[in-house]
Amino acid sequence: MAATAGAGMAREPNLLMRIASRPTALIGLIIVTIVIVLSVLAPLIAPYAPGQIAVRFRLQGPSLAHLMGTDELGRDVFSRVLHSGRTSLGVGFAVVIFASLIGVTLGLVAGFFRRFDAPVSRLIDAMMAFPDILLAIALVAALGPSATNVVIALGIVYAPRLARVVRASTLVIRELPYVEAARALGVPTPVILVRHVLRNVTSPLLVQATFIFANAILAEAGLSFLGVGISPDIPTWGTMISVGRQFLDQAPWIMWFPGSAIILTVLSLQLLGDGLRDFLDPRLAKDV
Amino acid sequence: MSPVEAPLLSVEGLSKRFLARNGRVVHAVSDVSFSVRKGTTVGLVGESGSGKTTAGRTVLRLIEPSGGKAVFDGVDLFSLSEREMKAYRKRLQIIFQDPFSSLNPRMRIDAILGEALDAARFPRGSARKDRVAELLSIVGLSPDHARRFPHEFSGGQRQRIGIARALAVEPDFIVADEPVSALDVSVQAQVLNLMGDLQKRFNLSMLFIAHDLSVVEYLCDDVVVMYLGRVMERGPSRKVYAASRHPYTRALLATAPIPDPTRRRERVPLQGDIPSPLDPPSGCVFRTRCPMAIPACADIVPPVAHLGGDHHVACIRHAELA
Repeated sequence: MAATAGAGMAREPNLLMRIASRPTALIGLIIVTIVIVLSVLAPLIAPYAPGQIAVRFRLQGPSLAHLMGTDELGRDVFSRVLHSGRTSLGVGFAVVIFASLIGVTLGLVAGFFRRFDAPVSRLIDAMMAFPDILLAIALVAALGPSATNVVIALGIVYAPRLARVVRASTLVIRELPYVEAARALGVPTPVILVRHVLRNVTSPLLVQATFIFANAILAEAGLSFLGVGISPDIPTWGTMISVGRQFLDQAPWIMWFPGSAIILTVLSLQLLGDGLRDFLDPRLAKDV
Repeated sequence: MSPVEAPLLSVEGLSKRFLARNGRVVHAVSDVSFSVRKGTTVGLVGESGSGKTTAGRTVLRLIEPSGGKAVFDGVDLFSLSEREMKAYRKRLQIIFQDPFSSLNPRMRIDAILGEALDAARFPRGSARKDRVAELLSIVGLSPDHARRFPHEFSGGQRQRIGIARALAVEPDFIVADEPVSALDVSVQAQVLNLMGDLQKRFNLSMLFIAHDLSVVEYLCDDVVVMYLGRVMERGPSRKVYAASRHPYTRALLATAPIPDPTRRRERVPLQGDIPSPLDPPSGCVFRTRCPMAIPACADIVPPVAHLGGDHHVACIRHAELA
């Protein structure tokens, strides 16, 4: 009677195994992991320092000495792609955290307290009416270009999406008997929100966070490319492409490799997110 | 149980109105009165849509009432602020219909029971582990179930956990909202037996909500029959069962299986569905489906007639059913 593989059972402990059963999600997970590991270990793996200038060897094509060639100042593109990954992933991750803080708070409040629902939901709608990049550009322009401000701007841009997901789930969970049971016991509302509601919205939240991670990396690259992002002194995939653009005829590899890194990372995050959504969607989970 | 003793809970004129989308008013519960004496069980019976669940939830202030009184141990619960109500929360508990959504899927059993123990200011530490084990054994589960998640249990076992949670705070009064209707028939009897045993053991008072009279007959001292938010008939179980004076109660009894071939039984099948509470019939709300309805039924809401011995009925033709 007990311990039959029910819907909820497979949800938590076996998540990794269930992802492994889905080829596309597994590929996504593997690539994401590789990208993260390479970025974290960049100082150990990179054969050169990212800022090491060797004008003598400028604009060289890929070779054994420089796997991805060199840029206009003779810096090793491979080393720079690895180090840029640290910044790009770091910004993406920080955006997810910051957007979650705002989005989860707004979503919980709008979903749980009826009287805040209309104002907060309208605010969310208004923010989502802006095109992502445009809003981010405006915010960075107002705040000034720096890594922190890019994170703040993108966090504000993506928070409404999380807020929507959290609100929708909260509306459902609020009416469930276990929340009523907690109320009948006199459990304080903030505790109910965290222990019963937040804990049960983690699945859709995780899925959305994965997509936002991917989008944030893309948006950060876009902002850097447009020159309103992180300072060009700090290597990111976006700044590398921005600078490499000027040498597209002579040294296309300066753009290719950071560009490929973005494509690969974003694509694998999307695959992973799609897979997570399939596994964690309660409607699908029921008949598993 | 002397009859002069004040009831533990006395509900008077309870009503609950909801505002529908287009500004119309839904009278989910209208002018419902009943009382629960200490250590007894009152059955609240009606079809779905009769307002019985709303009535039960309102008494616990899980839904805010629109009017009426609920005097519990001398205090009108409806007059308390949310804060003052907190002190009463652990004396009034609830058991839910759906054993699946009544337990947080992400919490282990000891955490679920622990939340209730926190509410009762039970100290943390080793005494708590013993208390969790005790609660589990009270409801017929094993103490080593404590570290499991809800999904590892069957519906009946989950319902037992729900009961353990309600008992953890040592309440005086429990609302049981159709606690067995979502369970397999074979498990229903076990859970009903358990509830009967626990009620005697802890001298609990209970409001037992159900949609059929046969389940209620087994457990309840008194019965309240509701239809479309109003009380049709209420009184001691044996009176309501043996000498019902309301056509609706009779119809409900007729649909319940009786394992006694010698017992007299009239067939008055109910036709159609319960009307929308948005647009209830005038006069007696039951008249549209009542086999005994006469034109006069549309004119006035039938007054509640007291037939003696705490037996009340709201039907203008009750005398003909004697």
